[in-house]
Amino acid sequence: MNNPNEINSNSSVLRGINTVPFKTRVRPYLIVAPALLITIGILIPFVMAIYYSLTAYTFRIPNSDFVGFRNWTRMFENPQFWNALKVTITYAFWSTTVEMLLGLGIAMLLGNLKNRFSRIMRVALIFPLMVAPVVGTIIWQLMLRSSVGIIDKLLNLLGIYGAQWGASHQTAMMTVVMIDVWINCPFVIILILAGIQSLPKSPFESAKIDGGSAWFNFRNLTLPMLKPGILIALLFRLMAALQEFSIIFALTKGGPGDTLMSLSVTAYTQGYMYQRFASALPLILVLWFLVNVVANIIVKAWRKAQYQAAGKDIEETHAKREKNASNQIIREGK
Amino acid sequence: MTARKRLTAILQNGGLAIYAVFALFPLLWMFILTFKSDAEMLTTTFVFTPTLVNYQQVFFHSDYLRYIKDSFIVSTGAVLISVLAGVPAAYAFARYNFKKKETIAFQILSFKFAPEILVVLPLYMLYRQMGLYDTYLGLIWVYQLISMPLIIWVVRGYFEDISVEIEHAAQVDGYPWWQIFFKVLLPLIKPGLVSSALLCFIFAWNSFTFPLLLAGIKIEPITVAATKYLAQSTVHYGQMAVAATCSALPSIIFAIAIQKHLVRGLSFGAVKG
Repeated sequence: MNNPNEINSNSSVLRGINTVPFKTRVRPYLIVAPALLITIGILIPFVMAIYYSLTAYTFRIPNSDFVGFRNWTRMFENPQFWNALKVTITYAFWSTTVEMLLGLGIAMLLGNLKNRFSRIMRVALIFPLMVAPVVGTIIWQLMLRSSVGIIDKLLNLLGIYGAQWGASHQTAMMTVVMIDVWINCPFVIILILAGIQSLPKSPFESAKIDGGSAWFNFRNLTLPMLKPGILIALLFRLMAALQEFSIIFALTKGGPGDTLMSLSVTAYTQGYMYQRFASALPLILVLWFLVNVVANIIVKAWRKAQYQAAGKDIEETHAKREKNASNQIIREGK
Repeated sequence: MTARKRLTAILQNGGLAIYAVFALFPLLWMFILTFKSDAEMLTTTFVFTPTLVNYQQVFFHSDYLRYIKDSFIVSTGAVLISVLAGVPAAYAFARYNFKKKETIAFQILSFKFAPEILVVLPLYMLYRQMGLYDTYLGLIWVYQLISMPLIIWVVRGYFEDISVEIEHAAQVDGYPWWQIFFKVLLPLIKPGLVSSALLCFIFAWNSFTFPLLLAGIKIEPITVAATKYLAQSTVHYGQMAVAATCSALPSIIFAIAIQKHLVRGLSFGAVKG
């Protein structure tokens, strides 16, 4: 699989590609090859997915007759698909919004407070992020159970009885979003906190002299400078939220009814549980398309924010690399 | 003014405290549950006679250790392969200029963002045909989608932080390439490498979708096994809590160990914390 021999021969540090012999020119490709081969092997199915979405393949009756766009047109006619799309977007919207706002707030608090409590919390807050999402969901499921759980007991004290949480149409979405926030908010917090800690001091000192209000400083100084970090957090969270599978699956398997049937969960149910492989594929290809569109928008915004916020503060190589990087994403998206 | 300052401090600490309860209480509650016997499970809240019977049951009278072993083998294998193939690649991305460099690097990163279900459904079919279904190798391979992009992108950033002059100096002194790599570069990137490897381990350990669809009969990582505990007709909540606690423990310990480098790892090098 990986072949360390490929990186032997002398590895001098290169500049000026045109003047070097062929052997040294291919060297970087050889060094990258093992990593690329290992990961690209996994990508074969990706191409297969597009092909099989045009066939009548099922796991039970393997039949790769070409049926054109039948699976696709059926999907677009199926209200299940539109519901799945709605659920996916609703879920991603709410979980990401709450995580970003709460994350920003808590990061600001942690950045402001310099006491021991906040220092301990900086470490302890990452614990939920490190627990497997499935395990985190199970913990919440136990807490929310009326028999063993503690939350119902607390709510009873307040005079609230019989909350259904994941089992009710009205509250199922709220419940999974809450669990998602519990798991992933620390991600947003530590990314934004890192941004806060690397803020330059001088603009804030001059703002103090000018005597602007705290809100004014936040909106016109802190936020623009934090924007690149915020956008990175948003990018990662939104992409993951659109694809979220394990939390929903572990909590309700998509139920009750089709309340939580997101694109991922629907594709799993169709393709794996019902073994209707070919008809599940268009669902996830749509999801993949959605994720790409969203990623492109955010990466563009991030690139702009980097230029505006960084000025000359960020080292040049870093900025250059990220510029290249975002170019690539945009190009690939087209 | 001082009164106002004190009020802000109280509000800020209070806000943080509320979030802390939300974030940490579930974990604490689960830990408490591990010491509760089945008999007291439904009748008591915090006051009960602690017992270790749940731990005994889970470790000596269930398949739990087998799940842990499976998780451990698959996660370690995945990280090892990613490190062996990924670190040289990271070096090439950091130091060489070659055509399509950024395209290839981004191709590798994009694997991280492909919907897992999209990869895994066709892979399920392919694995069945290739005999990789429900094997260690099959899982280790698919976990490369989690660990390889992370290792390459994070370690690349650390290589880029090292001045080229150091390498030149070592070359001028006549050291062969492998001595430069192992004696000069490796010690310099070690914190970054160790932290990204541990983060990969955590992600692989926590992975659920891949093992759910590509394994689960002979090989059953704890994340998949944990959901089965819930589905049983008589649920032993205490034992479930033990299983959950023990599966979360390695991740939390590793996370504390790599705390300083966590931001860089989690953002794939996009945010240098």
